[in-house]
Amino acid sequence: MTTNNTQRPAADTSPRYLLEVVDARKTFPGVVALDNVQLRIRPGTVHALMGENGAGKSTLMKIIAGIYIPDQGEVRLHGRPLTLNGPLDALEAGIAMIHQELNLMPYMTIAENIWIRREPLNAFGLVDHQRMHEMTSSLFRRLGIDMDPDMEVRHLTVAGRQMIEIAKAVSYESDVLIMDEPTSALTDREVEHLFRIINDLRSQGKGIIYITHKMDEVFEISDDISVFRDGQFIHSAPASELSSDEIIKLMVGREVTQMFPKQEVPIGDVMLSVRNLGLEGVFEDVSFDVRGGEILGIAGLVGSGRTNVAETLFGVTPATAGSIALDGRETVISSPHQAMLRGLALLTEDRKETGLFLGLSVLENMQMAVLRDGYTKGPFVEQHRLDHQCDEMTELLRVKTPSLEERIGNLSGGNQQKVLIGRWLMTKPRILILDEPTRGIDVGAKAEIHKLITKLAGEGVAVIMISSELPEVLGMSDRIMVMHEGRVTGFLDRDEANQVSIMELASSPAASA
Amino acid sequence: MTTTTDKTHEVVTPKARRKKLPTEVSILIVLIGIAVLFEILGWIVRGDSFLMNPQRLLIMILQMSIIGIIAIGVTQIIITGGIDLSSGSVLALTAMVTASLAQSSDYMRAVYPALTDLPWLIPLAAGMLVGALCGLVNGALISFAVIPPFIATLGMMVSARGLARAYTDGQPVSMLTEQFTWIGSGANPVIIFLAVAVLFHIALKHTRYGKYTYAIGANPQAARVSGINVRRHLVLVYTIGGLLAGLAGVVASARAGTGQAGMGLMYELDAIAAAVIGGTSLAGGVGRITGTVIGALILGVMLSGFTFLGVDAYYQDIVKGAIIVAAVITDQYRQRKRNKTA
Repeated sequence: MTTNNTQRPAADTSPRYLLEVVDARKTFPGVVALDNVQLRIRPGTVHALMGENGAGKSTLMKIIAGIYIPDQGEVRLHGRPLTLNGPLDALEAGIAMIHQELNLMPYMTIAENIWIRREPLNAFGLVDHQRMHEMTSSLFRRLGIDMDPDMEVRHLTVAGRQMIEIAKAVSYESDVLIMDEPTSALTDREVEHLFRIINDLRSQGKGIIYITHKMDEVFEISDDISVFRDGQFIHSAPASELSSDEIIKLMVGREVTQMFPKQEVPIGDVMLSVRNLGLEGVFEDVSFDVRGGEILGIAGLVGSGRTNVAETLFGVTPATAGSIALDGRETVISSPHQAMLRGLALLTEDRKETGLFLGLSVLENMQMAVLRDGYTKGPFVEQHRLDHQCDEMTELLRVKTPSLEERIGNLSGGNQQKVLIGRWLMTKPRILILDEPTRGIDVGAKAEIHKLITKLAGEGVAVIMISSELPEVLGMSDRIMVMHEGRVTGFLDRDEANQVSIMELASSPAASA
Repeated sequence: MTTTTDKTHEVVTPKARRKKLPTEVSILIVLIGIAVLFEILGWIVRGDSFLMNPQRLLIMILQMSIIGIIAIGVTQIIITGGIDLSSGSVLALTAMVTASLAQSSDYMRAVYPALTDLPWLIPLAAGMLVGALCGLVNGALISFAVIPPFIATLGMMVSARGLARAYTDGQPVSMLTEQFTWIGSGANPVIIFLAVAVLFHIALKHTRYGKYTYAIGANPQAARVSGINVRRHLVLVYTIGGLLAGLAGVVASARAGTGQAGMGLMYELDAIAAAVIGGTSLAGGVGRITGTVIGALILGVMLSGFTFLGVDAYYQDIVKGAIIVAAVITDQYRQRKRNKTA
């Protein structure tokens, strides 16, 4: 009798789904990153996750990969609940993740990187390099990768490293593979190669979770699509039942055209004029003008040199060729300090790397760029006046923080970004360069930042805005400059620009420049 | 579908200000705890009071003031995310140079027989200048040769000690003028230490110099993009660190009445220890002078207390080492807590 109670019927142990996430919830201080999220992956399918930045896709993936522990809900593999206390647990359970940011050790060989922690040993307990080489070669043959396993990873291009990450993930023989924007650094040919690998894995019955922003890829490779927005699960359906318009509508939660409060403002004189600007080995021959009140969008894929152009304009990496003219007068910008004196401001791409002073307070973060003219008496900082200014800026930008003394690390991404924007607005710039101004922040804050950018343009500020999100570039810009591999491939006016025309220029070394 | 309610954020007005208990308070409690412990042990072991002896307390603070002066320079360097291993050797070098310019004409074998009986200001200025020069070299190596601070100052630590020995072939420089030794007499070293502490407390808190120092420690790249000349500022910070080590060398030679190449041995480690015990984070961006002063006092109380109890010097070192490690573990723990909320 007891056996009947302890042994369940066999039918329950062959689940329909390879991987299930049930009712997942994850909060960070001040932010609910995920709430009530569901995900079901069928074996032998590619499941695309769609959503804007900050929709919670990455958080969900990190839960599945054991990097985050959910506050609520569970992950089930083959119908059995999993307890994951770290990425290693996930790997051992059969879930491998290819991260968006690459995690390879540059001074170790390809083979060492792939088999790290699982090195084959010889009779003396030492690493058997011969066998490791052979294992790598056979893995590469299977995947159609043509690389020398003994080459050090630092010699590889970003795309090459991406392929190694993919090979490494495959080498774990996992049942579930998570790919977070794997094609962002790949050329068309390499993307084709990747898709061949994915098709091969799919036919072996594996489940692949595929995160991407590229709509054409989704329809080419995926079987199922799940859409997320603001940390919520919105919809899931077979790819054949969705159109790209429907997906966008689900992602954004409203008509795209309502997103951007673009206003027509009078366009003034040319404020910044760039001619044949170049940075050796990175980009060359970049020329454009920006007028007061104008928003110039810069589009292009990752690695196209967009960010480098911004950093060169701001003196972070001074130009090695070409000229910059402000209000018609030629000038040299060799440091950020000089750029600031000339009325430029740069909101950098990577908030954590080059923007925030994570350990310092909101106040210190906001005032750091203006500890000079007007706010100092001799060596002393006029803290009272600064307090007042920062208070006003916090209210203007509607930064949600308990106080100015709060450590900036405790704020949500959107509020951190607003503080950084405040830092630059306090310098009263005439030319504002924004590199990915809304990356990784929620939709509400995004709309506020868009409104603010429009308002600044209305006040006569010349704005240069770099963004990977095409709807943002399309919605905000008066003109769009498109780059590909360090060169300008074309300019598009607001009325002639659309996703297709931008992507064409961004993905081909067009001669139209 | 068009609503974008901000239910994910709790709305708080930016006006509300909340003060947390500063780290210094917890360090101060540790200081008091250690002092009380020695008081109790004193009554048990020696049948005598540890604290009710002004003479002993003065000696204790005197012992710590030289390391304290160095520790203030080291604190601001650690706040930038760097380290200075050279301060003890720089102290020795400056002590030698200073003493050689402070000798009395009564002495027949003066280093510079023509330069005896100089007014006290000259050896003082010379010492601080030598210290500043050492710091300048440190800073230039770090900023422009892009060498890790650990290596640059390790090189200076070895070289400055060698220079101090070579200066007089290892001979001590003695017979210093009375007006010079006055600098180190009585409670003067304590007064100098406290004056330096107050000055740098204000500088770190209320000046651009201080704000930039914290900014560079918190995120050098963001500091650069915010228009801060990071390289120049680092050179300045290390130069000032050297200058303070030089001042410590002046005070040390004035107090001892002699300059010796072996002075200040391992002081750099005590100075770093004082800063770290005082809550300065080796990761950079965090630290206060008040904490460092309390940290130096903790080291002083330990030294004085163990001597009072008659504990062997070897055991003193064992405990000191343990305390430094404990302070760093606390720092790591604090950092983790910070990062968790980030």
